[in-house]
Amino acid sequence: MVEWTESEVKTLERIWRNVDVDVIGPLALTRCLIVYPWTQRYFGSFGDLSTEKSIQTNPKVANHGVVVLSSMKSAMESLTDMKNKFSALSTLHSEKLHVDPDNFRLLSDCLTITVAGRMGSKFTAEMHATWQKFLSVLVSALGRQYH
Amino acid sequence: MSLTAKDKATVRLFWNKVAGKAELVGADALSRMLSVYPQTKTYFSHWKDLSPGSAPVRKHGKTIMMGIGDAVTKMDDLNANLLSLSELHAFQLRVDPTNFRLLSLQLVVVLAIMFPVEFTPQAHVAVDKFLCALALALSEKYR
Repeated sequence: MVEWTESEVKTLERIWRNVDVDVIGPLALTRCLIVYPWTQRYFGSFGDLSTEKSIQTNPKVANHGVVVLSSMKSAMESLTDMKNKFSALSTLHSEKLHVDPDNFRLLSDCLTITVAGRMGSKFTAEMHATWQKFLSVLVSALGRQYH
Repeated sequence: MSLTAKDKATVRLFWNKVAGKAELVGADALSRMLSVYPQTKTYFSHWKDLSPGSAPVRKHGKTIMMGIGDAVTKMDDLNANLLSLSELHAFQLRVDPTNFRLLSLQLVVVLAIMFPVEFTPQAHVAVDKFLCALALALSEKYR
């Protein structure tokens, strides 16, 4: 079980208050598809991803960004038991979607950069450390059902 | 961490010894990678059998080893000489480059097991540097 101090929980809540899922979700996912173009391999059915502009205006990408980030935000409800909360989702990513879990890390990094870009210097090193802990636990939970 | 003349000579000498058992090395390294890092199986969901030593694993292990053996002859400019292989990995296969390191780790373990005398620390460092350089060359066209 992962332990969180009251201060860490408050920090995470504060960060999430700055995150509009409908805006940040698409931004983070499009950033990932552009910065790490090999991640596009999982989105063959999303239509045109041939240029940066087409990725940034693709409605399926935007929608998916919202779906993914909403799910990540829901982890706040199970901070001490993410591995059980995400067990089914992990199995889905492994057995149906066949997603290399390294992609979870890549997307997380892009999310952090997007959030940092939005929050500016308010995103202190201390807040960043707590945020990174949250993402690491989340990524680990998502990777747990890969056998 | 670029390959010195000594590194290249060491790799060539060592690889001459490996060549005879290349298929075995490839099959074992790939089998191990799929077991030790199960997430790598996500790239082979189209194979019927992913178990250690299965037919598709052995076949693919051989393919990989032939590619590596070829790269040994092209060490003087890996980036330029492996462009089409890089394009294959970048645009078609789109294997996350982290996995090159994971396979390299398994290769080195298998080499240590199968060539306990020849795989000295000196051979190890040269081979490791070569595999790193090879991974970089393979990722050249990724972005």
